[in-house]
Amino acid sequence: MQLSASDFAFIAAFIKREAAIVLAPGKEYLVQSRLAPVAREGGMRGVNELVYQLRQDPGPELRQAVIDSLTTNETSWFRDGEPFSALSQTILPGLLASRSVAKHLRIWSAGCASGQEPYSLAILLRDFLPAGWTFEIIATDISAEMIRKAEAGLFTQVEVNRGLPAAMLVHHFERVGAHWSVSEELRRSVTFQRLNLAAPLPPLGLFDLVFLRNVLIYFDVETKAEVLHRVTGTLRPDGLLFLGSAETTIGIDEGFERVAVGRAAAYRMRTAVPAGAAGRV
Amino acid sequence: MRAIVIDDSRAMRLILRRIVGQLGFDVIEAEDGKAALDTLNSESEVPNLALVDWNMPNMNGLEFVTAVRADGRFKDMTLVMVTTESEQSQIVRALAAGAHEYVIKPFTQGAMLEKLALLGLVPSGATA
Repeated sequence: MQLSASDFAFIAAFIKREAAIVLAPGKEYLVQSRLAPVAREGGMRGVNELVYQLRQDPGPELRQAVIDSLTTNETSWFRDGEPFSALSQTILPGLLASRSVAKHLRIWSAGCASGQEPYSLAILLRDFLPAGWTFEIIATDISAEMIRKAEAGLFTQVEVNRGLPAAMLVHHFERVGAHWSVSEELRRSVTFQRLNLAAPLPPLGLFDLVFLRNVLIYFDVETKAEVLHRVTGTLRPDGLLFLGSAETTIGIDEGFERVAVGRAAAYRMRTAVPAGAAGRV
Repeated sequence: MRAIVIDDSRAMRLILRRIVGQLGFDVIEAEDGKAALDTLNSESEVPNLALVDWNMPNMNGLEFVTAVRADGRFKDMTLVMVTTESEQSQIVRALAAGAHEYVIKPFTQGAMLEKLALLGLVPSGATA
């Protein structure tokens, strides 16, 4: 059954309030297809009944299930390639020099979904960093289900086919039945936690690199600005922020400037924002 | 750019031909490793890419990869195994024999393009 206009409006308001995600009109089919399995698993007759329950007094489980279903997205290993090439060719060599005393790197993978991005970063760092260096990757997502899956580190055949070089697959994973399990070493490199970027952040410390890719696209301009402002507080002064290829800070937060790193683009904080800088690249 | 698709399934050859054809490859086909070697030996132009099934009559994919790697004429040819064989030990064997990448069937077109992108065979942005 089709989702009624009022039910869609209710779901849109719910997901905006809970996760700051904007569901524009026209996404009725997406909502219907994502919520149908949630309704089925909850023993409900359909999405209409699910919305009815959500309007009444949904328990935390149903609320979380609805948030999970509407916020999880497809992802792949070394997604979009170029930021990862830029890391190994330009950024990491630079960090080896600038962090030569601490010999420690901290990275935040924000909106990590089922874990492909933080594990890709862990693979790259393990292969790149010289002996004596350590690193820490914090990976967060709003979906509790995604965090559980990412933490388990079990991937299907279809998932490992997506952009993961075969040599890395056999080196960093182990076949377990029909799945592939990330090595214990990789799993220990990444700390997962559930986190809502649209709410004030818990203390996370400072990061050398923040990956916030394909996350801002789900937010309205006001929330984008809030999220970027929060991220500013977690970046080291010379730290770099990576956004998705269709995203930018330009016109949203002029505290950042866009820098070319190899064939990729990243953002760093301006040391001093010149007056009237808005709109400059 | 030229590719050879080696698979005993006509349907699979068609699928792979469509995918790499979209990338601008001129595609030739062979139904097993032996036929592929014969084709390579009779043609003057060496393909840039070979997509190779594992289980085929006459000469299997692993034997084909081994034979091609032992022949200097084909040193610039990128070899990708495309197979239902999914054991870790088999992937290790194929890579050790000289395959550059390994795609497990069933695969989506997106997954295949991502693997080819890893090998630098896809124009930037084509996998998006």
